[in-house]
Amino acid sequence: MALTKYVEAIRLGIWEEMEKDERVFVLGEDVGIYGGAFKVTKGMLEKFGEWRVIDTPISESAIVGAAIGAALMGMRPIAEMQFADFISCAFDQLTNFAAKCRYRWGAGVPIVVRGPSGGGVHGGPFHSQNPEMYYVHTPGLKVVCPSTAYDAKGLIKAAIRDPDPVIYFEHKFLYHRIKEELPTDDYVVPIGKAAIRRPGTDISVITYGAMVYTALEAAKELEKEGIDLEVMDLRSLLPFDREAVLESVKKTNKVILLHEDTRIGGFAGELAAVIAEEAFEYLDGPIRRITAPDTPVPYSPPLEEFFLPKATDVIRVARELNAY
Amino acid sequence: MKTLNPKAAAPGTARQDALPSEKTLVDMLYYMQLTRELEFRIERKLYRQGKIVGGVYVGRGQEAIAVGSCIDLRQSDVVCPSHRDMGAFLIRGMSVRTILAQYMARKTGATRGRDGNMHMGDMKYNLIAFVSMLGDNVPVAAGIGMSFKMRGEDRVSVCFFGDGATSRGDWHEGINLAAVMKVPVVYVCNNNQYAYSTPLERQMAVENVADRAEAYGLPGVIVDGNDVVAVWNTVRTAIERARSGQGPTLVECKTFRMTGHSAHDDAGYVPAELFQFWEERDPIRRHERLLIDRGLITPAGATELKERVNDEINEAIQIAEKDPFPDPEDCLKDVYFEG
Repeated sequence: MALTKYVEAIRLGIWEEMEKDERVFVLGEDVGIYGGAFKVTKGMLEKFGEWRVIDTPISESAIVGAAIGAALMGMRPIAEMQFADFISCAFDQLTNFAAKCRYRWGAGVPIVVRGPSGGGVHGGPFHSQNPEMYYVHTPGLKVVCPSTAYDAKGLIKAAIRDPDPVIYFEHKFLYHRIKEELPTDDYVVPIGKAAIRRPGTDISVITYGAMVYTALEAAKELEKEGIDLEVMDLRSLLPFDREAVLESVKKTNKVILLHEDTRIGGFAGELAAVIAEEAFEYLDGPIRRITAPDTPVPYSPPLEEFFLPKATDVIRVARELNAY
Repeated sequence: MKTLNPKAAAPGTARQDALPSEKTLVDMLYYMQLTRELEFRIERKLYRQGKIVGGVYVGRGQEAIAVGSCIDLRQSDVVCPSHRDMGAFLIRGMSVRTILAQYMARKTGATRGRDGNMHMGDMKYNLIAFVSMLGDNVPVAAGIGMSFKMRGEDRVSVCFFGDGATSRGDWHEGINLAAVMKVPVVYVCNNNQYAYSTPLERQMAVENVADRAEAYGLPGVIVDGNDVVAVWNTVRTAIERARSGQGPTLVECKTFRMTGHSAHDDAGYVPAELFQFWEERDPIRRHERLLIDRGLITPAGATELKERVNDEINEAIQIAEKDPFPDPEDCLKDVYFEG
């Protein structure tokens, strides 16, 4: 069986949904004839035509606004942000219009807004951001961050079928680096369910996105020292799998919260609060956070290398916690 | 009325003397009167009696715009009103009681107490709820039009906003997208000359909102917003243009806000002579005169119509005042689909 890359998995998921459901369409900058800046929508224009694969002006707010309008009319739009960084331009439409329609007047807005986030490719301050927390703080939205090809396909399908607005942050570092054999059946990955990527007994590392691989790399190294990490991939941040988080912490009694996003207001803070509130008596050590520092994402390789959390950080903190 | 984009088709220019049916002419008076009286009760009576929760924004003096634009729409067409377009809600079929309950924050209001005042929507009437971020409905209407085009449906959307909204980026992005995609949408501007306290010349360096259309390649048409028949004519032509696949039109209705921005604003910054000038051009009195001149209504009939409107509102107020507030726990419901 052929291996499917992460980027191909997203494409396949969209493709299959478009074949099955004519309400599904794609709009965004350069998604048509060019196939998208990262080629996620490659071949779709030829297959589905220009009214289902729509090249738009450089207008992120209008792209999301138009997606909302079409969704209110019963369509299932998938809006591409060329880089997840640019989603800030659509912040208002997402947080004020899309997120609040159902609550205010009972109108569902089943849109998917997707785009490449994350660093590691020297994209600099405007092509490397992890903007998930602006949206995690908005009731009415859902936010997912797939880390595997299996999840990339299963979560995009779940997002497209979801009756509410879903923001789908793919990680551009993973596009071509991650591949696996995918099942041929029409599966979905349910939004809000975490996955254990490596079961372990000593310390839980709770993470998402590209940092899953950083955690796994650290776990492999620590194995040699007899420290057994459990690596949990949240997959969805809003809603997140509270039960799975608490279950893992109750089992290992020590926890590292790891993300590529910056520290203050990062998801680790929310997880730390939930663990402290609901599993305090199970903890045998301090809750530890490993995150990017509170700076923009820098461009030059030594700066970016410094910025991104690394396996060595996880190893260092895990050793400290193990000795605690 | 003038068309500012010489390259584009000129909707409305040849239709100035066309009149709607007699029934429509009379309905126009009814809906304008109902709008005026309902907003008068809300702003000048119920608000001052402390029965309205939160802010009140009315469209006194602007009634002809929503009424003239919406009166001939089909039920399948979609309306995106803004905050001074009460007539749109009434014409689409939202009941006076539902509207009053909305302003009184009751469970029976259009948003069941989740949101206030003009922030009403209901897919049953193809009415899209407005948000306070002005101009946000402009790209949304473009998307509505795109869905009609994708599905080959013979439907249009009419999207309202004020002059102030045309300063926002969403307005420009949305109008541009609509023009590029040639969507069946009519964009209707209530140019009431003031954005809260800021006069037009502090909003834009062009003379007319319609001047903006040329930059986006769609027709920009100016119409007397206090003449309901002229609004009807212009919007009707723009709707026909949209239905025939020629794309969106920007219709600028020149009018005046005969109140402050909201019920708590005395509009002390507006020169008195402006109010005087526009009072003489009151859209309801003008239309009433037209109907009397054409023998479509008698002076006694006009009084009767007002009484009918009063009775309808009195009855609705009595019901809405007894309507329940939402249960506090309703706060937690419907953030997401609940099956």
